[in-house]
Amino acid sequence: MTVQSAVRRGEVTVRDLSKSFTLNGRRLDVLRGIQLDVDGGEALAIVGPSGCGKTTLLRVLAGIEPPDDGSVLIDGRPVQGIGTERAIIFQEPRLLPWLTVLGNVSFGLQVRGTPKAEAESRARHYIRLVGLGDFESAYPRQLSGGMAQRVGIARALTVQPEILLLDEPLGALDAMTKLTMQEELARIWREENVTLILVTHDLEEAIVLADRVLVLPKEKGAASRVIDIDLPRPRDRSEARFVAMRRRLMAEFGLH
Amino acid sequence: MVSLDTTSLAIRSQAGTAGALLGRSTAVVGQTARRYGLLAGFLLAWQIGSTYGWINPTVFPPLDRILAATWSGVAGGALIDDVAISLQRSGLAFAAAVGLGVPLGLFMGQIRSVEQALDPILQFFRQTSALALYPVFILLLGLGEASKVFVIFWATLFPILLATIGGVKEVDRKLIEMAATFGASRSTIFRKVVLPASVPSIFVGLRLSATTALLLLIAAEMIGANKGLGFQVMNAQYNFQIPQMFAAILLLALLGLSANAALVALQRRLCRWDDAAR
Ligand SMILES: Nc1ncnc2c1ncn2[C@@H]1O[C@H](COP(=O)(O)OP(=O)(O)OP(=O)(O)O)[C@@H](O)[C@H]1O
Ligand SMILES: [Mg+2]
Repeated sequence: MTVQSAVRRGEVTVRDLSKSFTLNGRRLDVLRGIQLDVDGGEALAIVGPSGCGKTTLLRVLAGIEPPDDGSVLIDGRPVQGIGTERAIIFQEPRLLPWLTVLGNVSFGLQVRGTPKAEAESRARHYIRLVGLGDFESAYPRQLSGGMAQRVGIARALTVQPEILLLDEPLGALDAMTKLTMQEELARIWREENVTLILVTHDLEEAIVLADRVLVLPKEKGAASRVIDIDLPRPRDRSEARFVAMRRRLMAEFGLH
Repeated sequence: MVSLDTTSLAIRSQAGTAGALLGRSTAVVGQTARRYGLLAGFLLAWQIGSTYGWINPTVFPPLDRILAATWSGVAGGALIDDVAISLQRSGLAFAAAVGLGVPLGLFMGQIRSVEQALDPILQFFRQTSALALYPVFILLLGLGEASKVFVIFWATLFPILLATIGGVKEVDRKLIEMAATFGASRSTIFRKVVLPASVPSIFVGLRLSATTALLLLIAAEMIGANKGLGFQVMNAQYNFQIPQMFAAILLLALLGLSANAALVALQRRLCRWDDAAR
């Protein structure tokens, strides 16, 4: 390649990242020596056993928790805390119960000082994108779990982040809603040209959505493995290569 | 066969509509009866019992005489001054308690160290009955308006303050964190998350305080006052004007009911999103 392709934004680099907590007076190493390179516009899934530090890694990437050691770089610049080029979607929707769907989705823009009318018109676009066009003026208590989570996703998309961090966003949903939402997330990722870092327990979800899967080990300091998901998109769960890939990922967990 | 079926269906559906209408109106009547039946029965028993002398009419005069006394007191203007001064005392004290209690509570709830330092003294003051302190306030402020307003203010301040602090402290940390990830500043988080989330608890405090305000108003007016509804209750009793006494009691009850109704209406408006408020 002689022609440099246009620089894509939303590149994430993690170098020698360590993070520990003090729990009952004892030091608890959660992350040690993490290395990670995510290209702009890539979709990366993070899997690993419960308690291995996936949420912690995501919170450090979001800037909610400072790292003890090492660095996180976004497009080559070291991050200092929370930044507007990143948005995080938590496991719970975390909607404000006193705001309507429209109020919640435009919330992110409004706290950044975008005029209300503009914030709402942009929010409307993403409300339609997640399929809630008819529920603009509903309050959170009037929504189902899946709808509430979609509102949370729309709220994060509305601020048009370069990097979208998701912590098991579909974990609490029933199997059917989950399937639909996985397909929707795959579509949104294609349309929005955003870097996606997704923590999940669901290997199938990882294969549907990700370009690569990072397997965080339980043992601290052990090398984390990265598996390429080189399957064509949109991905077909019943296809032989998909099934083979799932078997391979399960083997990573010693599950067969 | 077919046409017959449709007619009978039509008739049946008409009957169904009429039945539903009837059903609905009986439901409304039934609901009203369930809600106010007991009160109506109580008032009726009073009226009849007093008229026929089954209960002592000198202590419990018939309701029509109480209503007549109320009407002449209000229409003749004799009681209007008392209502006005009572409203002024309790209103002033309540407004001052809200004006100080809500902002102070919002501040204290936000800052842990301030709250922790002030909590023991607050609990101590709260447990000290305002009525027990009334003589102290009289010593300090004299027997005039100031000590009356102050004792009501004192008693109403604590419910508001504690409810507001509680509301702020109970705001879901996860919502605050969510707002922070969108880049919200501390003051934006306060305005857009902490404040609205605390409104339901603040209202709990306001309603409690409104009740307390009337309670203390009556007590304060029974001691060394020469105007006000509480004074009228005492005064009428001394002079054995029993219907007038009940007239003042009735006006006090109406005052309490309307204060509560106003707060409930305001709460409904502000907390449409809150299940507990509906
Ligand atoms: N604020 C905290 N204080 C103390 N310990 C913490 C804190 N947050 C996380 N930990 C600890 O860090 C470890 C990793 O937690 P983390 O939530 O990152 O795991 P996880 O991989 O997301 O697990 P799961 O898959 O169950 O969500 C756990 O042992 C947890 O107890
Ligand atoms: Mg987790």
